[in-house]
Amino acid sequence: MSGPVPALASLGAVALALWFAAPIDASSGGAAWWFWPLLVLFLALSWYALRRLMAVGDRGARALIVPGLFGVILVYLWQILVVGLGIRGTLLPAPSVILAALLDSPEILAQDFVHTFFKSMIPGYVIGCGSGLIVALLVDRVPFLQRGLLPMGNFASALPMVGVAPIMVQWFGPDWPSKAAVVVIMTFFPMLVNAIAGLHALGRIERDLMRTYAASYGTTLRLARLPAALPFLFNALKVNSTLALIGAIVAQFFSSPTVGMGFRISTEVGRFNIDIVWATIVVAALAGSLSYGGIAMIERRSTFWHPSFRKTA
Amino acid sequence: MERRLPSPASLRSAPSPAKRERGGPVAKRWGGEGSRTTLPVLTLLFALLLLWYLGAVGLNRSLVLDRYERDGHRDWTLAELVTDTWSMTRPILPAPHQVFAELDRSVLEVAPTSPRSLLYHGWVTLGTALLGFAIGGVLGIGLAVGIVHVKVLERSLMPWLITSQTIPILAIAPMIVGVLGRAGLPGIIPKAIISAYLCFFPVTIGMSKGLVSPEPLQLDLVRTYSANRWQIFWKLRWPASLAFLFTSLKVAIALSIVGAIVGELPTGAQAGLGARILSGSYYGQTAQIWASLIIASLLAGGAVASVGWVERLTRRHMGSTP
Amino acid sequence: MDMPSATVAASAVEIRGLSLTFDTADAPVYALQNIDLTVERGDFVSLIGPSGCGKTTLLRVIADLQAASGGVIEVNGVSPQEARMARAYGYVFQAPALYPWRNVIRNVMLPLEIMGLSRSERMKRAERVLGLVDLQGFEKKFPWQLSGGMQSRVSIARALSFDPPLLLMDEPFGALDEIIRDHLNEQLLQLWQRTGKTVIFVTHSIPEAVFLSTRIVVMSPRPGRIVDIVPCDLPLDRTLEIRESADFARIAHRVRAGLRQSHSYEEG
Repeated sequence: MSGPVPALASLGAVALALWFAAPIDASSGGAAWWFWPLLVLFLALSWYALRRLMAVGDRGARALIVPGLFGVILVYLWQILVVGLGIRGTLLPAPSVILAALLDSPEILAQDFVHTFFKSMIPGYVIGCGSGLIVALLVDRVPFLQRGLLPMGNFASALPMVGVAPIMVQWFGPDWPSKAAVVVIMTFFPMLVNAIAGLHALGRIERDLMRTYAASYGTTLRLARLPAALPFLFNALKVNSTLALIGAIVAQFFSSPTVGMGFRISTEVGRFNIDIVWATIVVAALAGSLSYGGIAMIERRSTFWHPSFRKTA
Repeated sequence: MERRLPSPASLRSAPSPAKRERGGPVAKRWGGEGSRTTLPVLTLLFALLLLWYLGAVGLNRSLVLDRYERDGHRDWTLAELVTDTWSMTRPILPAPHQVFAELDRSVLEVAPTSPRSLLYHGWVTLGTALLGFAIGGVLGIGLAVGIVHVKVLERSLMPWLITSQTIPILAIAPMIVGVLGRAGLPGIIPKAIISAYLCFFPVTIGMSKGLVSPEPLQLDLVRTYSANRWQIFWKLRWPASLAFLFTSLKVAIALSIVGAIVGELPTGAQAGLGARILSGSYYGQTAQIWASLIIASLLAGGAVASVGWVERLTRRHMGSTP
Repeated sequence: MDMPSATVAASAVEIRGLSLTFDTADAPVYALQNIDLTVERGDFVSLIGPSGCGKTTLLRVIADLQAASGGVIEVNGVSPQEARMARAYGYVFQAPALYPWRNVIRNVMLPLEIMGLSRSERMKRAERVLGLVDLQGFEKKFPWQLSGGMQSRVSIARALSFDPPLLLMDEPFGALDEIIRDHLNEQLLQLWQRTGKTVIFVTHSIPEAVFLSTRIVVMSPRPGRIVDIVPCDLPLDRTLEIRESADFARIAHRVRAGLRQSHSYEEG
C-alpha cells in the first residue's frame, strides 16, 4: 500500500500545521496570514489523498475507507474553520465543543433518548408497519379495494402527516401515546403502498407454477409471494425508520411533556443553550443512521438474492 | 430513499384467462389506469366520509353527555345526541361539515390577502416550499452530475448523502430557524433551507440513476462518433435521465411542502400553514387544524400534479406517446 | 411412484372439439377452434406452429391454467382441474422460473414441500432427480450462479421431482443457443426413454420437433387449429446424427409443408 501512504502522510502534516495556524481563542483577532494558503494546500492534498486511496478497492470493510477519510476531513475542516474564522458558538459551535457537551450531560441525553426512542418511536413503528402490512394482506384478495387504496396511499404518503400531531395530543393526551400515534400514521401509508406493490412482485410464470402444484392461497403466499415482496417491504422499513424518528421528535414540538429529544431541542433553542441542542442532534443523528444501517444489514442478509445486491456471477 | 415506489406495478388480479384489458391501451391515462381507479377511489372516499361521521359521534359523545349532565338534561334522544356531537364548538373530532364550514370561512368568505385566509397562509407556505424545491433541485442535479462524472466524489460523498437522510433534519428545524434567524437572515431563508435539505436527496438519487441509465450499447455508439464527455452528457445522459428526474421531482416537491410546514412550527412564525396548525392547537380550534391540513394536502396534491403536467408536456415534446 | 393419484386410463390426454374464444373490444379472437387430439401414454408429442397459433394456449388448457370455451378434454381420464389437484403433471415454463431465494436443491424440493413430504424423503428424491439431469454437486448453488442451460435443467428436474406421469413443456430451451440446445435435446430424449413418461412439448423449431417426437402436431393461427399430425417413426434410440438422415428430412419436409399450407410464412 505504498501508493496512498505518502499522500496521507503529507495530508497529516499539513493538517497539523493548520491546527497551529488557527488561533487558540477567537478573540485574538482572527487567524495568522498563513492560515489561508495552508487551508488551500490542505484542500488540495485532501483531494489528492482521496484519489490515491481509491486504489485500495471497495470490497467488504475497505469500502468504508474513502468515505471515512472524507468524513474525518469534513469534521476537521469544520473545527478549523469555526476556530479560524471565529464563528460564534451560538451560531455554529466547533465539534470539540459539541463533544464536550455530549460528555457533560449524558444523563439528560440518555433520558431524552430512551423516552423518544423506546416509548414513542418503537411502538409507533411496529404498529404502523405491522398494520400497513396487515391491511395490504387483507385487501390482497379484493382488487377493487387495492385499486382505490393505492392512489390514496401514495397521496397520503406525500402529505405532511406530522401536522396531525396536535390532533393526536387532543385524543391521546400530551404524553408519549400521542407521539406514538403520530408515528403510526406516518409509517402506515408507505408500508401499505410498498406492501401492495410487493405482493404483486411475483411474476406471472412463478404464480402459474404454484397453480400447477395445486398450492393453496396461504401456501403460495408463504412460499412465493412474501419472499418476492421482501425487497419492497424492506424499502418501506428503511424509509419508515427515518420517518418514525422524525415523527417522534417533531410531534414533541406541539405539546409539552417534560422529557424527550423534541422537547429538549425546542426549549433549549429558546434558552440559547445551543450546546445541548447540538448534543441532542448528534444523538438523533446517530440513532437515525444506526437504525437505518441496522435494517439495511438485515435486508442484505435476507434479500441477498435480489439483483440489486449481487454482482454478476 | 424515496417514499414512493420506483414504479408502482400495474395491478392485475390473479392470472385469469387472458382477457384483453377493458378499455384498451388508450385507458392508460396519467394517474394510473384511468377509468379503473376512479370508481374504487370514490367508493373508498365515500366510506371514509361515513366513518368520519361515525367517529365524530363516538369521540365527541362523552363531552356531549357531560354537558347534558351539567344542564340537567335527562330525557335526551339518540337523534339529539348525534346531531349535538356534530355541532360542538370545541369538538374532539369535528364533523366533516364543520370542517367544510371552517374551510368556507377561511377560504371563500375572506379576502385572499387577509391573514385569516387559508389561501394567504397556503401561499406563504408554497413560496417557501418552492424556494426550497428550487435550491434542492439544483443542488441535487449538480451533485448527481458530479457523482456520475467524478469517481472520487461517488466513493466519498454517496455514503454521507445517504447518512444525511437518516438524520431527522425536521427535528432540528427549530434550531436552524432560530439560529439563522438570529444571525440576521430573513425568515424565508432558513425554512427554505430545511425544504431544500429534504428535497435534494431524492433528486440526487434519481438523477444519479438516470444519468447512468443509458445502456452500454448506446454509450459505445456515441463513442464511435468520438463524442466528448460534455456531448455525451447533453445528447445521451441528460435526455435519458429525464424520466427519473420527474419521478424524483414529484417526491421532492411533496417533501419541500412538508419541510416548509415544519419549518414554520417553531416559535415566531406568524404566517404559513404550519403556523396556523400550531395556533389552532394552542387555542383548541380543532376545525382550524383540520382545515389547514386539508389545504396542505390539496397544496401537496396540486404541486405533484403540476410536476406531472410538466412531465407530460416534456414527454410529448420528446416524442413519446402520453 | 405412488404420489400423484392418477387413474390408469388408456390415453394420457383426450381432446375432442376443444375451442377457446376471447372476447375483446374489437372482435372475438379464436385462439383455439375445434381441436381433436389423442395423446397415448408414453408418447412424445410436439406442438409446433408460428406465434399465435394457440400451441401454448392448448398446453395451458391441458394444465388447467386456462379454461376452454367449449369441447371435451380429459387428462388421465379426469378433468384438467382434477388432474391438477392430483398433481398428475409437471409443467416446465418458457423461462426456468426458479425462485432466486432458494438454492438449487431447495428449488427442486419446492413441489415436494407443498405436497407435504418429510425432509428425508424430499432430499432423497431431489438428489435422485438432480442426478438424472446431470447436476450433482450443484445443490447449494443459487440460480443466478448457473448458466441458462443449467437453470433449464434445474427447472426440468423440479418438474420430475414428484414423478408425475405427464410432462408439459412450453419451449423450455427457447432462450438458449443452438449448441446447448442440441445437448439438452439429447439429454431430454434419454430422460424420456429412461422414465417412460408422456411428454407434450411446445416448440417453434422444426429440427427440434422432429428430433424429439413420436408425433408432431402442426398448428396454424387465426383461428388456432390443427393442420396436420405427422407421425415420426424414427428409431427411439436416436442420436444427433440422425438429423442428417433422409428419413429426418422427409418428416421435416412434411412439417414444413403443413406450416406453409396454412400461410404461416406469409402472415406477419
